[in-house]
Amino acid sequence: MSMDEKKIRLRLEHISQSYVVKNEVRCAVDDVTLDVYDNEFLVVLGPGHCGKSVLLNIIAGIEKPVAGQMFLDGGRLLKSDERIGMVFQKLALMPWKTVMANVEFGPEVRGVAKGERRAAAQKYIDLVGLTGFEKAYPNELSGGMKQRVGIARAYTNNPEILLMDEPFGQLDAQTRYAMQEEIMKIWEMEKRTLVFVTNNIEEAVYLGDRIVLLTRCPGRVKQVYPIGLPRPRDTVDPQFLRIRKEISQNTDLAL
Amino acid sequence: MGDIQESADRLGNAERVALDQGRKKKTTYFYMMLSITGLLAFLVLWQFAVMTNLVSSRFLSTPLEVINLFVVKLSDPFPDGEVLGINILSSLNVALAGFGLAIVIGIPLGLFMGWYRGFDAFMRPIFEIVRPIPPVSWIPLTIVWLGIGLQAKAFIVFFSAFVPCLINAYTGIRQTSQVLINVAKTCGASNFTIFYRIGIPSSFTMVFAGVRVALGNSWATLVAAEMLAASSGLGYMILMGRQFARPDIIILGIVVIGSIGVIFTFLLGRLENRLLGWKRL
Ligand SMILES: Nc1ncnc2c1ncn2[C@@H]1O[C@H](COP(=O)(O)OP(=O)(O)O)[C@@H](O)[C@H]1O
Ligand SMILES: [Mg+2]
Repeated sequence: MSMDEKKIRLRLEHISQSYVVKNEVRCAVDDVTLDVYDNEFLVVLGPGHCGKSVLLNIIAGIEKPVAGQMFLDGGRLLKSDERIGMVFQKLALMPWKTVMANVEFGPEVRGVAKGERRAAAQKYIDLVGLTGFEKAYPNELSGGMKQRVGIARAYTNNPEILLMDEPFGQLDAQTRYAMQEEIMKIWEMEKRTLVFVTNNIEEAVYLGDRIVLLTRCPGRVKQVYPIGLPRPRDTVDPQFLRIRKEISQNTDLAL
Repeated sequence: MGDIQESADRLGNAERVALDQGRKKKTTYFYMMLSITGLLAFLVLWQFAVMTNLVSSRFLSTPLEVINLFVVKLSDPFPDGEVLGINILSSLNVALAGFGLAIVIGIPLGLFMGWYRGFDAFMRPIFEIVRPIPPVSWIPLTIVWLGIGLQAKAFIVFFSAFVPCLINAYTGIRQTSQVLINVAKTCGASNFTIFYRIGIPSSFTMVFAGVRVALGNSWATLVAAEMLAASSGLGYMILMGRQFARPDIIILGIVVIGSIGVIFTFLLGRLENRLLGWKRL
């Protein structure tokens, strides 16, 4: 990789998070230090309940860490920032709004004129392959389509950094593969810095420029794997399988 | 049966749609006929019970007599002093004033209390004291304050409708999904924007349930209030029916009250369908 591709966009320094439940301190994220480079596809891989969602929520400004600092382009990051967008793990569409209204929600809230935000929303609705479903309600869509709406919404906010919290976790295997290809295509067309959380090793190796492997709860960085494989990646390629095996031997993830 | 096609594979889409619609229509029609039959059977039984003196006609008039009285009462103010139309209007006036006020005050109050903790802490003690008081027990005090006019009764109706409006709005907005709140946060929305763009729509289902309870309450309380303090209205008409020993007047009053309740519920259902139409998809 050339030098300017290695520009650091987001930096986490000693981020920790804990909760007090019934007078007991429960650590969820422990001393995570991490750099995210410009336009990279960074995958955060970890077992269930290890603090992956908590980490993303902290980056998104939804919750405050008990310790640590974050920097976006060198400036302190203290709360929700428009430059950071998020696709949520749980289905997060407003059921009373159409696909179009859900997707254009961000710019609408920020007071962007109707024509302009419609155009932006339409662009990403088309990009995720939902053309023709603009007037549909979330209840009418399949799980995969709902997640596409979530992705289109996040892109329509036009963030520089996009966080995705196990976006395909609730999809069936078939749809999951299709969506992985899809997200790869979208990322290549609309370059953004992407932080993608998953508990699926294959998904991680298929997608990531780098994989950050977290430990069991509380989440700590166990190891960082740069994945140099060319794209599109082949999940049965010997190289692919070798990396996959190497990671799985280093983790408690069930595969 | 006649609607089974011998060669279904040759049916076009349009034909299939027509077939399906035809079947659905038949089913709807069948159940509607059953409902009508049930209602008619009830009326016939009632007519029969009075005519055969199973129930004395001094206590119960027949459906036919009630229908007859309905027509007469449209233009005859006897015995309570007002024609039926005026009584209905008078009752509606009070009910809608009290009910409308309860909606306009109760729902926003509940929504704000449910969303803003400080406001909740501030309002809650007052509300908790007022809440268990049966609305009818305000009647003597309101007569002292406001006499027996529209204001007095509207005030009592207001109380009966206010409590369910507030409680349901409060509970409804409390159930707003945290994920949706987070979505709005990452979209750059302020707390107030999240309140009215996410919180309020999320509360709609509960709010409607509350409004429905409030509607029932206000109608019931209204009639009670009119029996105690009024000079016109359906409750007053019923009371006069008792004083003049006219069961037909009482029953006419009851039937009209019931019918108006049904109409209200129907209208509310239509409004709900329009606002919460996405639920049926
Ligand atoms: N608000 C909270 N209060 C208490 N415990 C929490 C809270 N949020 C998360 N946790 C705990 O932190 C741990 C990590 O959660 P999470 O980040 O959701 O896991 P995952 O890696 O599966 O996304 C879990 O054990 C969870 O119960
Ligand atoms: Mg999670």
